[in-house]
Amino acid sequence: MSDSYYGRPILKEPVWTWEIPVYFFFGGMAGAAAPFALISELRGDEALARRAWLVALAGVAASPPLLIADLGRPERFHHMLRVLKPTSPMSVGSWILGASSTAVAFANARSLFGWFPRLGRLAGATAVLGPALSTYTAVLMADTAIPVWHEARGELPFVFASGAAMSAGSAMALIGGGAPARRLALMGAAGELTSTTVMERRLGPLGEPYHEGAAGRAARAAKALTAAGALMMALRGRRRAGTVAGGALMLAGALGTRWSVYKAGFQSAADPKYVVEPQRARMAARAEASAR
Amino acid sequence: MTTERVGFFTDTSVCIGCKACEVACKEWNDVPEDGLDFTGHSYDNTGALGADTWRHVAFIEQDRDGAMRWLMSSDVCKHCTSAACLEVCPTGALFRTEFGTVVVQQDVCNGCGYCVPACPYGVIDRREDDGRAHKCTLCYDRLKDEMTPACAKACPTESIQFGPLDEMRERAFERLEVLHVAGESSAQLYGEDPGDGVGGQGSIFLLLDEPEVYGLPPDPVSTTRDLGSMWRAAAGAGAALLAGVALASFGGRR
Repeated sequence: MSDSYYGRPILKEPVWTWEIPVYFFFGGMAGAAAPFALISELRGDEALARRAWLVALAGVAASPPLLIADLGRPERFHHMLRVLKPTSPMSVGSWILGASSTAVAFANARSLFGWFPRLGRLAGATAVLGPALSTYTAVLMADTAIPVWHEARGELPFVFASGAAMSAGSAMALIGGGAPARRLALMGAAGELTSTTVMERRLGPLGEPYHEGAAGRAARAAKALTAAGALMMALRGRRRAGTVAGGALMLAGALGTRWSVYKAGFQSAADPKYVVEPQRARMAARAEASAR
Repeated sequence: MTTERVGFFTDTSVCIGCKACEVACKEWNDVPEDGLDFTGHSYDNTGALGADTWRHVAFIEQDRDGAMRWLMSSDVCKHCTSAACLEVCPTGALFRTEFGTVVVQQDVCNGCGYCVPACPYGVIDRREDDGRAHKCTLCYDRLKDEMTPACAKACPTESIQFGPLDEMRERAFERLEVLHVAGESSAQLYGEDPGDGVGGQGSIFLLLDEPEVYGLPPDPVSTTRDLGSMWRAAAGAGAALLAGVALASFGGRR
């Protein structure tokens, strides 16, 4: 047990509330659905593209209200666009979200109503960059002093990317996306189960929060929901009932994983040992290296 | 306009725990009351730095071979050379002043809260009722009038010293030498090295025990140092996502 000041935390817990992990879910989904829509368009499957654009629209429409509600001063939300700051993932992300939602809106206007035919196509083409919306949020979390987030900086983007694929695939499957949507959901589920397991293992003792308390409960529930949903979708996906049940379970799984990552940050900040022990180990390694 | 970088040297070996710094800071900066609690942690009833505590005096009671030793230390924002709070701030509300200090512009801050978990020392926090981030400004208004910050002015033992940062560093090394010669072998400097993880602190400390005993991280690193590798991982994951989407789309008939 390392020394501490009356066991008090060294770091401050985040002040972010439930809106943030829910945003990660919706933004991530939009970032995966948009390129899916674009590729479907290119394949000439307009019906599938329309469904995918709708899922992307739902994702980007839900995002800004959630983010604004979480601000300490919501009426100043537009201060996010005062500057573009490469050192701030939140600043970069605000621009990514702003650009993505505009593009998705135009693409939907074209696919649904035939408005802005050229601009709509052009906007749709930018969906190649859609995945940035799904993964920048992982950089946002990792770019903090919270050990369970910062030390997972290599794995978190893959957790968020696979969750995005799973949720977008599931949502599209629910509204008639067929086999391509189901395949995306299943690939996402496999990716999420793998990447969260790898992340927890690589974190070592710092990953404790994923096995304890609220984060632990959410992580276990998310894995169970994801696995059950994927199994259902894989075995019974050709039937409507199987798709609905599998899709709903996987959507819940993707949300659960984001919740567990969010909650793990609080548990990681609350105990000073997660700060002191790795820093002491780092200092010892440095001292040993310089002694040699 | 750029002037010389200024900072604090807090020599905890002469701190008497009077908390005049805490009071002077609150008075001058109009920092709200933040609870009149008894923590039971020696004479510390403030607990930690936060939105409403910009100077915090820590009290540590140690048993050393039957004799009691009382450590006291006035903690404050480190005004880092590589300040993570400033770097992650998406609005530009946090900025570097002409004195080399780090300050929140209250008319710009929209309370996004990103600076709060970014600080490796847990200094900055969001104020519940006003929704914005607050921390030590190193008395920016007083510096503009060539006055000493309120805490240093009020300190009766010169435990808190203020001046050009280079001079503070020199004084810190001199004082450390004196204590080492006097046999206080556990005395150590904290945040004096420009080669450390935050590029050196703008507030240097002389401690009589390990940093974690005072609630300080022993080897803080600004999180944005690893930002390049984070964006690379995100780009890799984004590319994988795009590949997955393409694979799912072209994998066969509907």
